[in-house]
Amino acid sequence: MANRITIEVTRYDPAQDEKPRFDSFEVPLRKEWVVLDALNYIKDHLDGSLTFRWSCRMGVCGSCGMTVNGVPKLTCATFLSDYAPGPVRVEPMKNFPVLKDLVVDTSDFLVKLEKSKPWIIRKVEKPLDEEYFQTPEQLEAYKQYSMCINCMLCYAACPVYGLDPLFIGPAAIALAQRYNMDSRDEGASERMDILSQHDGIWGCTFVGECTQVCPKHVDPAGAIQQYKLTATMEWVKALVLPRGSE
Amino acid sequence: MSKRSNEPFLWLLFSAGGVVSALLMPIHLLLFALAFPLGWLDGPGYEKLLVLLRHPMTRVYLLVLCSLPLFHWAHRFRFTLYDGLQIKHLSEFINVFCYGGATVGTVVAACLLWSI
Amino acid sequence: MINPTEYLPKSYHPRVSTYWWLTRWVYLKFILREASSVFVAWTVILTLLQIRALAAGPARYAEFQDWLRSPLLLVLNAVSLFFVVFHAVTWFNLAPKAMVVRVGGRRLPNLAISAPNFAAWAVLSAAIAWILMRG
Repeated sequence: MANRITIEVTRYDPAQDEKPRFDSFEVPLRKEWVVLDALNYIKDHLDGSLTFRWSCRMGVCGSCGMTVNGVPKLTCATFLSDYAPGPVRVEPMKNFPVLKDLVVDTSDFLVKLEKSKPWIIRKVEKPLDEEYFQTPEQLEAYKQYSMCINCMLCYAACPVYGLDPLFIGPAAIALAQRYNMDSRDEGASERMDILSQHDGIWGCTFVGECTQVCPKHVDPAGAIQQYKLTATMEWVKALVLPRGSE
Repeated sequence: MSKRSNEPFLWLLFSAGGVVSALLMPIHLLLFALAFPLGWLDGPGYEKLLVLLRHPMTRVYLLVLCSLPLFHWAHRFRFTLYDGLQIKHLSEFINVFCYGGATVGTVVAACLLWSI
Repeated sequence: MINPTEYLPKSYHPRVSTYWWLTRWVYLKFILREASSVFVAWTVILTLLQIRALAAGPARYAEFQDWLRSPLLLVLNAVSLFFVVFHAVTWFNLAPKAMVVRVGGRRLPNLAISAPNFAAWAVLSAAIAWILMRG
C-alpha cells in the first residue's frame, strides 16, 4: 500500500467565488484513518482555511456527512484505505445549499422535521406519577426509526428531494413513523394530515437510496412505503364508512 | 384528513397493476410473443384460443390483465417524466396523458372483450 | 423558511442535472425499473391487438402471427420480456419493504414475504402455460 493518497476537496468561498472548485491535497494513507482524519490533517498541516463540520468522530452526532466519491457518507465512518490508491473526491452533501467549502445550509431539513411533529402527542396526559408501560414488542415496533441521528445523508441521496425541494423527505417521514408506531402516541391522524399531502409521502418514488446510505439502518424508504399503505387503507376505510371513521 | 387527496386511489391502482403485471405478464409475453411464434413450443390453434377467449372467466381475466397494468404504467411514467426529464411544470398535461391513456385503454379493452 | 445565514453574502445552490440518473449505477437501475412500465404498457397493447386479430377471423390471426415473427417485433418483444421480468423480480424483492407482517410481536424476515410472491409467480406461470398447451 502506497503511504500517501490524494484528496480532492470542494472549495467555495461565498465572499469570492461564483461557484465551487476543487483543491487537491496529498495526505498520509494510514490504515486506521477515516476520511475525516484526512480532512483534519489538511486543516492542521496544509490549509487551515478548509471548512467542514464534525463533532463526535464515532457515528453518533451526525454532523460530518459529506459526499465521498459521489456517495453520501459519514466521513468519520468511511475508511480512507477503502479508496486506495485514490484520488478520493470529497464534496459537500448534495441537495443542500453550500455555505462554505464542505459546509451546507440545513435549515430546510429542520423546518421539515418540525412539520412532521416528531414528539409524543397525547390527547390527555397521564398524571405525573403514572407511568406509560410498554412491552418489548411495542418497543420493537418503532425502535428502528428511533435510531435516526439527523445526519441528512438520506436527503443527500434522494433525487426527489433534489428535484423538488418541497418534498418533506426521508428522515422527517421516518421520524413521523417512529412516533406513529409508538404505543404511547395518539398523534397519528395529525401527522397523516400533513404527510398525506402531495409533498409528503406521495412524492416518493421509492428510489430506495435513502435506506442504502443510512448509517443507522433506519430504512426511511420502507417507512414511507408502509406509510403509503396505511394512508391508502385509511382512504378505503373513509370511502366505505363515510362517517364515523375518525 | 383535511384535504382529500386522490393519491391513495392512484397508488392503489398502481400497486394492484404492479402485482398483476409481475405475476402474469412474463409468461404471457414469453409464450405468445416468443415461444409460440418461433415454434419453440406448440401453442393452441386458432379454434382453441377462440373457445378459451369466449369463456366469461377469460374475458374478466383479460380485462384485469389489460386494465390494472395500464394504471401501473400511468403512475410510474408520470413520475419518470416529472423527475427523469424534470418537466413537473407540465404536470396537468402529463396527468391527463397518463391516467387518461390508462382509462381509454381500459375502455377499449372492455369494448373489445364485450364484442367477441 | 428560517434562514439563519442571511448575513452571508451568498450561498451556492447546486442544480440537479437532467441526467442525474446517469451519475450512479443505483439511480440508473431505478430509472430502468420505472422504464419497465413502458414495456408493461406495450404488453397490454400487444394483448389487445391479439384479441382483435382473434376476433377478426383465422386469416387475420395468421397475419398477426406472421407480424409477430418479423425481426423488429421479435427484438422488441425480447427486450420487453427482459424488462417485464426485471419488473417482476424488483417488485417481489421490494414487497417486504412496504408490507410488514408481525407474528408474535416479531417482524417476519424479508424472505418470508418475498418467497411466497416468487412461488405464486411460478405457480401462476405454470398454470397459464398448462391451460394454453394442454391437449
